[in-house]
Amino acid sequence: MVAITSPAFKENARTALADPGLQKALGTAKGAFLQRRAQAVANLPEFEQLRDIGRDIKNHTLANLDFYLEAYEAKVKAAGGQVHWCSTADDARAAVLEICRKANARTVTKGKSMISEELGINAHLEAHGIRPVETDLGEYILQLRQEHPSHIIAPAFHLNREDWEADFRRLHTDLPPDRVFAERRDILAEARTKLREKFLQADVGITGANFLIAETGSSVIVTNEGNGDLTQTLPRVHIALASIEKVVPTLEDATSLLRLLARSATGQDFSVYTTFSTGARRPADLDGPEEYHVVLIDNGRSNMLGTEFQEMLRCIRCAACMNHCPVYGAIGGHAYGWVYPGPMGSVLTPSLIGIEKTGMLPNASTFCGKCESVCPVKIPLPKMMRHWREREFERHLTPATQRSNLALWGWFARRPALYRAATRAANAALGLLGRGKGSFHSLPLAGGWTAGRDLPVPEGGTFMARYAKEQRRR
Amino acid sequence: MTKEAILGAIRRGLKRGPLPADQQAMLGGRLATHPRHLIPSRSRLPRPDQVALFIRNVEKEFGTVERVPNAEAVPAAIADYLAAQNLPSRFPMAPHPELTAIPWSERPLLEIEQRRAEATDQVSLQHGYAGIAETGTLMLPSAPERPTTLNLLAETEMVVLRASRIVGAYEEAWDRLRAESRDERSGGFMPRNIMFVTGPSRSADIEQTLELGAHGPRRLHIILIDDDPAALPMGEATAPPPVAVPGGPAAPGD
Ligand code: SF4
Repeated sequence: MVAITSPAFKENARTALADPGLQKALGTAKGAFLQRRAQAVANLPEFEQLRDIGRDIKNHTLANLDFYLEAYEAKVKAAGGQVHWCSTADDARAAVLEICRKANARTVTKGKSMISEELGINAHLEAHGIRPVETDLGEYILQLRQEHPSHIIAPAFHLNREDWEADFRRLHTDLPPDRVFAERRDILAEARTKLREKFLQADVGITGANFLIAETGSSVIVTNEGNGDLTQTLPRVHIALASIEKVVPTLEDATSLLRLLARSATGQDFSVYTTFSTGARRPADLDGPEEYHVVLIDNGRSNMLGTEFQEMLRCIRCAACMNHCPVYGAIGGHAYGWVYPGPMGSVLTPSLIGIEKTGMLPNASTFCGKCESVCPVKIPLPKMMRHWREREFERHLTPATQRSNLALWGWFARRPALYRAATRAANAALGLLGRGKGSFHSLPLAGGWTAGRDLPVPEGGTFMARYAKEQRRR
Repeated sequence: MTKEAILGAIRRGLKRGPLPADQQAMLGGRLATHPRHLIPSRSRLPRPDQVALFIRNVEKEFGTVERVPNAEAVPAAIADYLAAQNLPSRFPMAPHPELTAIPWSERPLLEIEQRRAEATDQVSLQHGYAGIAETGTLMLPSAPERPTTLNLLAETEMVVLRASRIVGAYEEAWDRLRAESRDERSGGFMPRNIMFVTGPSRSADIEQTLELGAHGPRRLHIILIDDDPAALPMGEATAPPPVAVPGGPAAPGD
């Protein structure tokens, strides 16, 4: 499992804010996802209705999760596949290793999978003499750098082009050292060539799954590169890793969620490859894996059912919440200290590994509400972060000095870059809420402030933005 | 057993036991009838506009489309495309009856092999099962006559699709598959693999900037056979066989 540094969130954030390479990468990436998503949403008038539908499909499935998982398993078996039920990360790692061993696997190719990061599959395989090769371009360079993803759909979000070039030169030593990377495309071409060899060598291919379909026993992956498809098509054995909440009842249900996923994630109408895998190669087929395994993982999900965090299990891992989060935008993903960053991570991580191990995480928010407003399945992320804070408070895990929300505000305010990014977003949110009111008599979480005074509704830019403007004018 | 442990944990969380029989029957009914949800109106169009929407969406996603009047026109269209792109005239083709019935002998320079794709292939020719106008997406279910590797390994993927196979929304494509496909192994209708392909492969992993041609094809070229009189562009439907193939394909993504 990935080492947990979440309790050091403050230090991590401070380091991130002072890291010029990271700040450059965040600056480059900033806005790209936002604009593309906004455009895709604007082009689909039914998008808001689809969000309600997405939420309802997931709620219906979660309420009947036991039924749909059993129905799903029956269909996988009928199509010649196997389902391995795993309660814990240990169970899942053992199941994957056993399948690989039975296949006499030496090399395993991997499609991008966050659950694989959560389980620490790579380290486990390596420890047992099997070589895992990440094939998603972003994951590939992170494996070369021995780093973890900083974003759930764009793992190398924190890197600049120069990093790619330097790492490729350093590690692809069989290629001429003076070769030229004139364009990003040249980097892509080199990775394609390198990874082609790996795809052809691999004995086993491991992918994640965006959805499992009870009606048909299918697992679904969504990619743009085609690496996931090569991973699950070429080797003799395909293993799909999926947590239990990935199941949906029918193809129609999956289709409605797919209409939300790519638009929310990358701002595409549909990803390039959306692939449904159902069982193993059929007798007359000319290609495809001979064995098809689904490793079905609980690892803490069932504990969330029936709690105030059940709704988090609707998450379809689109990353819209982190793309729109001012805190994420200022510090990147690594500062969150575990596999899942951003608002969804701040809720999910304590649920999966325990609040006592994650400390500050649910406080990594300005409560601007942007995450909830873009979430395709309408997960009330800010509310859930507040639930965690309450639990944390009840357990007296919070140091006394932090037992007020304004103390957190103070922490943000002392970090100018973070504060500016956060207030820009909060300002926009407050402006909307209080439009036409002039001031707030009370505000959630700012009781200490509004008890004695009214908070004026922000007009125009933030104070810092105005100040800077005034300075320039002089 | 782990399965029972997980199901038990789920039921404890949901504060109930196994679902009562009537409830299970109801959910089973939902699976069997697979009700549709809201379908965006964008693809609910007259046939000619639906096909035009498909083409527009393919091109928006950096694919190319060439319309030909009938299957007889396919060999020339392919030979010209390969020549224009400076690509080899030898390639693997899906052993699908609709493709093998094409009069290839008219273009003897095309060296066509009916097989799956291998890593050394530069070009492949696939059979399109359906096209989805909503997003310009090809539906490619695996079958002995439609190997999956033909979608993936070559730098240039060509797909022959009949205009009558273009539908508006994904749901319509699912219903076609349900009606037309039988899978012997599972007794259901799902083949081993179905790829929905929207444009050529790409990555934005380097500085969130889009580059075409990641691990899959760098070019996706669709040869669209106008076999559906109702789907011809307005004004041409009554005209004699459409002669001119509308403008050559734009440079594919480079
Ligand atoms: S919480 Fe919502 S917005 Fe965030 S990744 Fe999950 S589905 Fe996407």
